[in-house]
Parts: sequence; structure tokens; C-alpha cells
Amino acid sequence: MRVALFLTCVNDTLYPDTGRAVVKLLTRLGVDVDFPMAQTCCGQAHYNTGYRHEAEPLARHFSDVFGEYEAIVTPSGSCGAMVRELYPRMGERARAEGRGDALARTLAPVVPKTYELTEFLVDVLGVTDVGAYYPHTVTYHPTCHGLRGLGLGDRPRRLLQAVKGLELVELPGAEECCGFGGTFALKNAEVSAAMGADKVRNAESTGAEVLCAADNSCLMHLGGTMSRLRTGMRPVHIAEILASTEEEPAV
Amino acid sequence: MSSRERILGRVRRALADVPADEGPYEEAVPRDYLREHGQRTTEETVELLAENLVDYRAVVHRCDAEELPLLVMRLLAERGSQEVLVPPGLPPEWLSAADPVRVHDRVADTARRLDRVDSVVTGCAVAIAETGTIVLDGSPDQGRRRISLVPDHHICVVRVPDQVVSSVPQALERLDPTRPLTWISGPSATSDIELDRVEGVHGPRTLEVILLG
Amino acid sequence: MTGTYLGMPAFPKAAHDAVHNPVLRGNLRHATHTIRAKRAKAVGELPDWAALREAGRRIKDHTLRHLDHYLVQLEESVTAAGGTVHWAADAEEANRIVARLVKETGESEVVKVKSMATQEIGLNEALEAEGIRAYETDLAELIVQLGKDRPSHILVPAIHRNRGEIRDIFRTEMGEWGRPAPEGLTDTPAELAEAARLHLREKFLRAKVGVSGANFMVAETGTLVVVESEGNGRMCLTLPETLISVVGIEKVVPTWRDLEVFLQTLPRSSTAERMNPYTSMWTGTTDGDGPRAFHLVLLDNGRTDTLADQVGRQALRCIRCSACLNVCPVYERAGGHAYGSVYPGPIGAILSPQLRGTASEIDASLPYASSLCGACYEVCPVAIDIPEVLVHLRERVVEGGPAVRQGNTVVLQPAKGHAAERAAMRAARWAFTHPGALRTGQRLASRTRRLHPRALPGPGRAWSGTRDLPAVPPEPFRDWWQRTRGGKDGAK
Repeated sequence: MRVALFLTCVNDTLYPDTGRAVVKLLTRLGVDVDFPMAQTCCGQAHYNTGYRHEAEPLARHFSDVFGEYEAIVTPSGSCGAMVRELYPRMGERARAEGRGDALARTLAPVVPKTYELTEFLVDVLGVTDVGAYYPHTVTYHPTCHGLRGLGLGDRPRRLLQAVKGLELVELPGAEECCGFGGTFALKNAEVSAAMGADKVRNAESTGAEVLCAADNSCLMHLGGTMSRLRTGMRPVHIAEILASTEEEPAV
Repeated sequence: MSSRERILGRVRRALADVPADEGPYEEAVPRDYLREHGQRTTEETVELLAENLVDYRAVVHRCDAEELPLLVMRLLAERGSQEVLVPPGLPPEWLSAADPVRVHDRVADTARRLDRVDSVVTGCAVAIAETGTIVLDGSPDQGRRRISLVPDHHICVVRVPDQVVSSVPQALERLDPTRPLTWISGPSATSDIELDRVEGVHGPRTLEVILLG
Repeated sequence: MTGTYLGMPAFPKAAHDAVHNPVLRGNLRHATHTIRAKRAKAVGELPDWAALREAGRRIKDHTLRHLDHYLVQLEESVTAAGGTVHWAADAEEANRIVARLVKETGESEVVKVKSMATQEIGLNEALEAEGIRAYETDLAELIVQLGKDRPSHILVPAIHRNRGEIRDIFRTEMGEWGRPAPEGLTDTPAELAEAARLHLREKFLRAKVGVSGANFMVAETGTLVVVESEGNGRMCLTLPETLISVVGIEKVVPTWRDLEVFLQTLPRSSTAERMNPYTSMWTGTTDGDGPRAFHLVLLDNGRTDTLADQVGRQALRCIRCSACLNVCPVYERAGGHAYGSVYPGPIGAILSPQLRGTASEIDASLPYASSLCGACYEVCPVAIDIPEVLVHLRERVVEGGPAVRQGNTVVLQPAKGHAAERAAMRAARWAFTHPGALRTGQRLASRTRRLHPRALPGPGRAWSGTRDLPAVPPEPFRDWWQRTRGGKDGAK
């Protein structure tokens, strides 16, 4: 199977470790993964801020870059939801604006074969025990677009529960939004910060060392909050936990 | 142009995208939700009604036709009621043993007059087990809407099992929309203070339901 | 809508005080979290919830798509049953109609059932100007009216007040409006409810004119439905001689049978009850029972403009249950007042900018008052995709374009204040369609990483005022990939 890693622009630029972890994990599971160098951004920030027309060239570019692969895997619930939920909608809107089916036709091929990482592992590869080792206490925050957009359900938790040495503790109010919300974090900074602080306090109350999520943009917001509040907790992307083994433990 | 024409014109222009041959109402709405929730015997349905009434703080009694007059008498006596409102078509035997003065609701009576009456006894049109609801439709054994509203104590007699249905859909099938309808689920309540339910505001603060079987 | 809200600052500014008010935050947190758990339980009791939700969505959509037909049918049914139907294109016309109808009765006071539509049009203030006093009779509305306050929630307008604050308002204000609060009133909810009962009783008993809204209007029968808890609704709908109901045109449903869906989904979504304590249904007038005169005022006031928007029209499916407010993390922290409208929370953020347009500062900011977390959509009993409409309205704000205002098609200009953002989005779009340029930027960031501060000056403080910035890594992923071919050559 020709599998492409869609890392996302945020991860590529700020979180290369997450990318390396995905490559390591998938390679270990026997997947031949490619990173198309021409990939950039799915257009989510544009779209969700109201710049749908600016997002269209990015979506077309995405389709050009990834269209030939059999599966596209991304370690981001929100970018995954952008492709799966919102690309079809962009096509519909273009049609409603009298611009025909061209955009819908261009985007259609990538929609059904884009998977968020935990989805790909559980649904496509059919594994929950990926042979990982991570001797830490972890609490898991299900990010909104993964939870409610993609319907990831308990997949991430099942994967974490199978990790050797890992103690998974329940996060109170887990399904409440962390307050990131893309440009919301800037446009409504005070409300966003209040939501983030509440989430961090809930995470802290679990006594876990690590706050895990499947989306680094939410973790950037929460990590920045934790570091400012000096909680001593660490934000870690789920890919980095699943990639960690006894032979090569994550640092 | 009248506002009627203006609004209808705006609506029609706003709906320019809706195709003229769009399917009829019957096809537009899937009705694959349940007609009732769960499989119950008639007895179990009556039992569920009683449970749900109690859950919303109604007081539930059960009796047969023979016991009814004494039960009504006892409930009114325990309440210390001096006067009881009587709908025009209430079966006379229901109150045959009761002591309080019967007050008949006349159109000319003011709401203030009714406010001095302690209790009211009515029948009902239908009762819904799943929600613990009784519905009044202004039939002669129930009277005008105001008589079951102004007094602070309402005794409602439900004939079981004939008047009991399982669900809201079944209740609507039995009701006549041209009649004034009052659906009652427990005594008056409010959630307006900290979104927590408190019983007892403007409607009757005590609702007693007699399941007559 | 009401003048009370004119000149409201943008949402972030309006939310500032609430975010930093620990009492308010505590009140809202307590109330919303209480109801959230209860709603989930009440909804969980029905295994066919998804089917009911879908049926509700489809009934409302079908009705909206044929609204002219159903309004005409409703008018015929109500008229045939002895009612009189009036049509009001906007708030001013609706207020004028109600004031005239009240004056024709010779009365100078009315009792009111809680109604969003009459709040939306500022009816109380309009009647006051005509020398008519309107008494709110819902407990929470009473608290708001006595406290000279504004509502902050659709279902529980005084949700921002805790029991102690309510007791203080009753003690100091009730005497001004009628029967004073009982001596020694405490803050137990039961005593507060009793105080309201005593205070309002005299008003109910003497009232000659009642004013209400309605939750549903059935086109085929002409039946109106009011769903309530306290019995104040029954008082207002039953005891007066004249009843005037002001109802938005989107509240019509085609058939009597349609109520079987909404009477199951509305109570469980709003107060988290299997059924609310009282539901009143009336069809025109009934000889010898209830009001002798019934007037129905059908209100447009921006609804037809909303209907004209193919994406935004789904907001008109709303049955005002307020489940979306109770579950919204932004509402919980910003409070209802920050939304600058009688419709707060997620539904308000998509309704107000459609009913009122996006010209004012507050209305242009409301589509952004959401992290797009989707919790509102998940609980909505008529499946309004609120995040979809929010994003659609953001587009209207930044891009402008065609819209309908007061029935006329207009072309909106892009909102002011988004120029820098627009330029940044264009620049980003350019970079993201030129991978080489993106790569150059990433490398530049990595090479200068030691120079990056952990906090930003100027507008960047919106982020770094409360959050540290992430460290920029020594190389972007793509450089590692190219250098090592994904680690395949053994390099790290």
C-alpha cells in the first residue's frame, strides 16, 4: 500500500519529532511511508477564519500532492477533519456559487482515503497493541475535531491502554474543549486562556506526568499554558508515545 | 402593500432556490422513531405511570370504584379543605362522601373567588406513562382550564387502564386539538434558580393522582 | 432588536469582565454543569433519540422550505377557530400592533409569559412608552425585571444570579412593583419561589390582558403551544379576557402529529425533564373557557432575511431549548451578556448576526465567539450545524458579498479591521501554494531560533500574555526527511 504522511504545516515547522515518531511507528508496523515534499497546508486556518476562497487553492494543492496515494495519514484530528468533512463542503459551496463541479471533482479523491493516525492504526492496520513501551502516567485529552468531527471514539485510548508500562488516568471534563480553536486563541484570547487554564488544572488534578493528545495545535496551547503556570506536566503527542519502545524509548 | 403581502413576498423570494417539484410533506419526514419505548404489559404501563408521577413529586393513590368516595373524602380532610371546586360533569359518586362545600365554577365567578377555594377534583382525558403526564381537555368531568389552576390542591382521577397510554405519540392520537388542552407533569416547578428543579410556584403545589381501576 | 443592545462593544471586550469575575464564573459553571449531566441522562433514556432528532430537523426544514404555504394555512386555521391574525414585518410594527390591541381593551397593564420574541422586539419598553405596564411573570424574568438587569440565558434568563443575589433583589425591589417580599426571606430556592408566587398572584388575578409567545403553531389545526414549568404561563393564557401572542414565523409546524417529535425532544433538551410540568395548547378561542379574544401577531423581524441564506437558514430550525448554551465552554466563561442580544450562546452567535445583520461591532464579532468545538451541534435537538453557520458568517464578515436585508438584496462590503488579517491570509496562501517559499521560511525560522523570544510584543501578546511560545526546532521535519530519507539510511 502506498501510504503518504500528511504531517501538517504546524508539525512540519514546529513539531518535527511528531513526524519522526509517525515514520518510526508506521515503519515498525511494516508500512512503507512516503513524505511528499510538495505538501504544505490543508487550508484549515483559512477556511475556519472565513477565508474559504483563499483556502481553495490550498485544497487543490493538497489534492494534487496526495491524490495518487492509496492512503493519507495525518497525526492531526483537526487537519484530518478539514479534509474529510470540509473539503466536500467546499465543493458544494463552489457549486452553489455557480462555479460548477470542478472543485468538488478535484477534491473528491482525497476525502475517503485520508485517515487520522489512530484511525489508520485501528481501522486500517487493525492493531491496538503497537508494541510500544512508555513507563509514565498519562492522561488523555480527546481534541474536539477528532472526537466530534472524525468520531475517533475510544481508538486513542485503546492504543494507549495497550502500551507497556503506561498508566492511563482519567481526565476530568475530558470532552470539553481546551480553548485553542485556531484563530479563536488570538481573537478571543481571554476566553481561550480561561478554557486552557481550566483544562490544565483538570489535567494537573490527575497527578499524571504527561498530557497526551492527538493534535499538536491543541498541545501547543496547553503546553504554553502549562509552562506559564509552571505545572511541571509535559504535553506529548500520542504518536511519540506509540513510537517509543524499550529498545528506543522516547526521551 | 400590506405587511402580510410584504412578508409572504419576502418568503417567496428567499426560497427561490427551492425546486417547485420538491417532494410532499409525507415523504419529507422519516417517522422511524418509536411509537413507544419498551414492551410492557398493560399493568406495567400503569406501574410506569405511577413511578414517573412520583418521580416528579405527584402523590399517587390507587383504588377501585367502591373505595374512591372514601379516598377522596380522606384526601380532602387531610388537607383541611373547606371548599372544593367541582367540574359540571364530575361523577357525583366521587364526592359522595366528601365533607367540604362544593363550589361550582360559573362563568361569572372571578379568579379571586376561585383563589379562595382550597381544592379541586377532576377527571382527565389521557395519561402518559413514559413521561408521568396527565392531560386535561376541558370535558365536563374536568371543567374550565382555570379550575385546575387556581386552587393550590388538585386531585385528578385517572381511569386505569383505559385512559393510560405509553407515549407522547399515542397521547396525541387520542387528543382533539380543537379543545383547550393542559398537559400536567407533576406539580408546578421551576428550574430558574441555579438550573435546579424546585417544586411549587404558581400552579397547584400539591398534585394527587388517583389511579382508579 | 431592542435598543438596550445598541452600541455593545465587540464580544472579546464584552466578555472581559465576565472572564475575570469569579462569582459569575462560579454561578455559570455550577448551573451549566448541573444541567449538562441531567440532559445527557434524560436524552439517554430514549433509544430512538437520533431518529427523533432527524425527524425534528426534517420537519423544520420542510416547513421552512414551504413557509409561505404553511403561514397562509395557519392564518386560515387560526381565523376559522375565532382568532385574529396580524402580520408584523419588523419589531416596530409588532410593538405598534400590540400597543393598539392593549389600548383597545381599555387596560393599562398586561401580564406576560416568558417569550423570546417579545424580548427580541423590546415590547416591554415600547409598551411603557405608551403608558402600558408589562409584568413579567416567569420567575427568572421577574428576577431580571426587578433587578433592572438583562437576560443572559434563553431558558433561565437570570442564570448569572445565584440564590443569595436573588434574595437581595427580592428584598429590595419587590415592594416597588407590588407585594413586598415576606419578612425574613432566606435564600432557599423554595422560599424564593414562594415569594414570587405571592408577589405575582395579585397580578394574575386582576389581569385582563395576557401577552405570550409560543413554542409551536400547528398550521393544519391553528393550535398554539406553550411549554412551561411554573404555571405562570397557564395563568396568563387562561385568566385574562384578551390574549395576544407574538410569535416568530419560523415557529409553525405543518401538522398536529409533528408535536409528537418536539414534545419529546424539547423538554429533555432544555430542562432535562421527561416532560415539563405544564404544556398549554389552544386553538383560537373556546366558548366559556379562557380568553374571549385571541390575537396572533406573526413576526418577521429579520427571519425572512435569514431564510434567504441557504447555509444560514438552518438557524431558523431552533426551538429555543438552550442545550447549546449549557454545553458551550465559551458561554460558560463569557456569560450571556457578552453576546449583546436576547439570544446568547452558540445559537445567538449565529442568529443575531443574521436577524440584525453584521454591520455593528458586536454582530460582526459574534461569529468568532466560538472555538468551533462542535459540542453545540452534538446536543442540538434539531441538528443545527452551528459551527458550519459560524464559519459561513465569518466569511460574510471578512469577504462581504450578497445578503438580504429587510427583504432587499444588498452587497455587503468586507468588514473593517480585518485588513492585516486578510493580508496575512493571502501571504500564507501564497507561501502554501509555493512549497519552496514555505521551506525557505521554515529554514529561516530554524536558523534564527535562538533569537526567538518566549513571549511576543504588541498584538502577539494575545497569545503570549498567558501562554509560552513553543521552541522552534533546529530543523523542520522536511529537512530531516530529505537528509535521512525518513531514517532509512540509518541517520538520526
